[in-house]
Amino acid sequence: MTIDLSRRGFLALAGTGVATTTLGAMGFGAAEAAEAAHVRPFKLVATTETRNICTYCSVACGIIMYSKGDLAAGETAELLHIEGDADHPTNRGTLCPKGAALKDYVRAETRLTRPRYRAPGADRFQDIGWDEALDKIARALKDDRDANLIEKNDKGTTVNRWTTTGYLAASATTNETAWLTYKTVRAMGIVGFDNQARV
Amino acid sequence: MTNSWTDIKNTDLVVIMGGNAAEAHPCGFKWVTEAKAKRGAKLIVVDPRFTRSASVADYYAPIRPGTDIAWLMGVIRWCIENDKVQWDYVKNYTNATYLVNEDFGWEDGLFTGYDPETRNYDQSSWEYQIGEDGFVRTDPTLQDPHCVWNLLKAHVDVYTPEFVENVCGTPKDRYLKICEMIGETSAPDKVMTSMYALGWTQHSKGSQNIRGMAMLQLLLGNIGLAGGGMNALRGHSNIQGLTDVGLMSNLIPGYLAIPRESETDYATYMSTRGNKPLFPNQMSYLQNYGKFMVSFMKAMWGDKATAENGWGYDWLPKLDIAQYDALRMFDMMANGQVNLYFCQGFNPLLAFPNRAKMTEAFGKLKLLVVMDPLETETAAFWENHGIYNDVDPAQIQTEVLELPTTCFAEDDGATVNSGRWLQWHWKGATPPGEAKTDTWIMANVFQRLRKLYAEEGGKAPEPILNLAWDYADPEEPTAEELARELNGRAIGPVHDPADPAKVLVEPGKQLSGFGQLRDDGSTMAGCWIYTGCWTEDGNMMARRDNSDPGDMGTFQNWSFSWPANRRVLYNRASCDLSGKPWDPTRKLIEWDGQKWAGFDVPDIAVTAKPGEVGPFIMTPEGTGRFFSRRLMRDGPFPSHMEPFESPVENPLNPAMRGNPVARMFEGDLAQLGDRSEFPFVATSYRLTEHFHYWTKHNRVNAVLQPEFFVEISEELAAERGIAKGDRVRVWSKRGQVWAKALVTRRIRPLICDGKPVHVVGIPIHWGFKGAARKGFGSNTLGPFVGDANIETPEFKAYLVNIERAEGEVMA
Ligand code: SF4
Repeated sequence: MTIDLSRRGFLALAGTGVATTTLGAMGFGAAEAAEAAHVRPFKLVATTETRNICTYCSVACGIIMYSKGDLAAGETAELLHIEGDADHPTNRGTLCPKGAALKDYVRAETRLTRPRYRAPGADRFQDIGWDEALDKIARALKDDRDANLIEKNDKGTTVNRWTTTGYLAASATTNETAWLTYKTVRAMGIVGFDNQARV
Repeated sequence: MTNSWTDIKNTDLVVIMGGNAAEAHPCGFKWVTEAKAKRGAKLIVVDPRFTRSASVADYYAPIRPGTDIAWLMGVIRWCIENDKVQWDYVKNYTNATYLVNEDFGWEDGLFTGYDPETRNYDQSSWEYQIGEDGFVRTDPTLQDPHCVWNLLKAHVDVYTPEFVENVCGTPKDRYLKICEMIGETSAPDKVMTSMYALGWTQHSKGSQNIRGMAMLQLLLGNIGLAGGGMNALRGHSNIQGLTDVGLMSNLIPGYLAIPRESETDYATYMSTRGNKPLFPNQMSYLQNYGKFMVSFMKAMWGDKATAENGWGYDWLPKLDIAQYDALRMFDMMANGQVNLYFCQGFNPLLAFPNRAKMTEAFGKLKLLVVMDPLETETAAFWENHGIYNDVDPAQIQTEVLELPTTCFAEDDGATVNSGRWLQWHWKGATPPGEAKTDTWIMANVFQRLRKLYAEEGGKAPEPILNLAWDYADPEEPTAEELARELNGRAIGPVHDPADPAKVLVEPGKQLSGFGQLRDDGSTMAGCWIYTGCWTEDGNMMARRDNSDPGDMGTFQNWSFSWPANRRVLYNRASCDLSGKPWDPTRKLIEWDGQKWAGFDVPDIAVTAKPGEVGPFIMTPEGTGRFFSRRLMRDGPFPSHMEPFESPVENPLNPAMRGNPVARMFEGDLAQLGDRSEFPFVATSYRLTEHFHYWTKHNRVNAVLQPEFFVEISEELAAERGIAKGDRVRVWSKRGQVWAKALVTRRIRPLICDGKPVHVVGIPIHWGFKGAARKGFGSNTLGPFVGDANIETPEFKAYLVNIERAEGEVMA
């Protein structure tokens, strides 16, 4: 079986997006394509494969997600299965008991699906719309910043320091999310800013 | 990690101490197995528990939690005494020969300059002697009593095997056997790797634990080599990235510093960041600091950041104290000094120590905003869950907004693994319900806030109004747009310094490396160490070619690794002075007569002749440091300190409690327990079936490990009349938990100072949300004190008591 060659070709091209079902586009030669096609016709035809990385520990195992529906084609996609990426240099297809159950995390019953609000003294959440929630946050930020931002210290130096609002950032969001978060939080002058690395 | 997961296959000896890779990083641990199977490598595990890592080790030794410094200094002492030193490396690649200020010294476990009133050191004597030529003075013969080598020898002298046995509880025969195994890797062609995690960081002297091992690795000549290095096994999929991008109180992306208020303008800020080399011809890479900083400011404020306004220097917040780290913020919160708080994918109610204090703190907020894919205990801190969250909602006035976010399966972008690989991933699922990406939420909050400032005016609106926001859809910047900013691009023409007429990069083009960054405003880059990740050739992080031409595990064409796609940091040190690999069978790079080349990106100028430039180019010395000058608050050498709550006194100074310079807030001191009341040592840990407080939401993982337990030895169980499976109460000065007792032989009593010390193991994974049974986190019990340098809480060594519990209702 030409596993090495065919998988490598698949890898080099799949990097730019979703790996779909067109075998030719994966760099398979005609003979290998025929071989691969008869080995795994069902999975390849019925689902969209997407390359991702385990969201838990920093071994960062490569995973392949199998979904029904293709996001790139504008469809909704339902995650059906996750397995280890056999071509990944670190994990070579293996997953630990956490990674092996990743799909359960994505589809957990306790996933949040809509914004919720808890009023002072209340014993439960109530639903709130996105617009109302975002307006509320912006207003609270503006009011607290205007009230408490320290523009200058007692020596007259501009310090633009805001200590009455704080921000704790994540550990599994992407660098790109981190950068947008950094820009906005720092532009406001927030200094009580940390991430999970602190613990 | 200085190296990578795949590099571990190149090692001769693995030391796992301060971590438990087999359970916490299972698929990375495979590379240890690979090294054992293919190279005959050996594995040593040092841990208070006989972990699964220990179960496959060639040699295991127990240690009392919180005594790693004594243990490591003892190994250094043994190596020096038995001449297990990589001398060529030590003399040429470390600061061993440098002379230190004659006033520097130590006594009673304290270094020169200690002030008990301020709990701080005057560090002025912790410095090299500088000659009249401005360069550091050295004694290549190692005779001078003030040279670093002789100071190190004197410093470690007290850490005899007997001292170690007495303090750490590690039996002397086991200890000496391990010293011998480690000492063998001082041979130039033998390499040891260190794998550690939170077992070393979660102490009031965590940074010094790690320095202890780094010093040992320098002594053995193991830094920069394939199969060597200091390998921090980061806990989460992207805390490496979040830290690289500077999401910490005192950081700017790429490990630059947020200014202090004493640095009143940009010129003053830069005046202490010259990083002038301490030797003639030495490359001191951080001399380029200004280029990284100006490019960052241009990424923040675009055209509005100009030379005239110090690149927008006034718009950056200025610190009045070292940092507003999370512990400090929660302390301020508990004191009513914080009104608004955001938790993005973070569950601090279970992650920070002294849960009662955390609950009190959240109850004093006006508004708490939680963004998370899952329900979290933090978002529901006001909900009553009986003994698991014993609060009265009616008494809690905090408003809470809980916002549903996407998870990894539903967004694009890069996360950074332990080995510094930026691996791009792609979304493959539709978010549930109304869940939104974090970028959409941040952009929408910011756009609304910006509009309020534009319409209403208000305090200091400039940094908000001027923030660069060049995104096609201002309400949802794409991962591609943001990644390209992190990499950076030319704004104006980037000229060749050697030939100013020549333009290296045309305006608008992506930069290909941080060597192209400029301090004249002609470049922008969000995070200089990432430059090269998205060039004119496209997204380097998306590369998926798993070929490995040198078979050295460097995988140069798989994703992108910072800095500059380098896979092993300090790899110049993998070669001898003449540029030949210490071990030709494990070549990373080599001097070919004209240039450095090989299977990794050289960590030195490619044309820098061997012998002229030292290998550690990020230091002004060009060498690795045994003596760390003024860089650590608690001393230039690691010195044994007991945990704040300890079963024994510090033999170096019985009056000293914990780390003498660690910060302690008012009120927290009174919440420290004493050994008379709390005789047992608690330490927290992870299980292989769970990830923090996330997998308890998964049915599969909840079935695998359904219920909170604590782990104790058969001896302690007998002493307290506890049987396997009994329900027990564990309490510290700060709180109490109920758990099932797991009585094992994996934990054994240690003999320290002539007395048995019992250890109670407490896993971290339970709360009151999710699919698993309700339980507690170990943070209910932990002390509210952090590492003296970086404020990581002391979860790995504190005091508790335990008893059999009757009558309570099981979960
Ligand atoms: S599968 Fe396991 S070892 Fe791999 S990244 Fe996920 S949690 Fe870590």
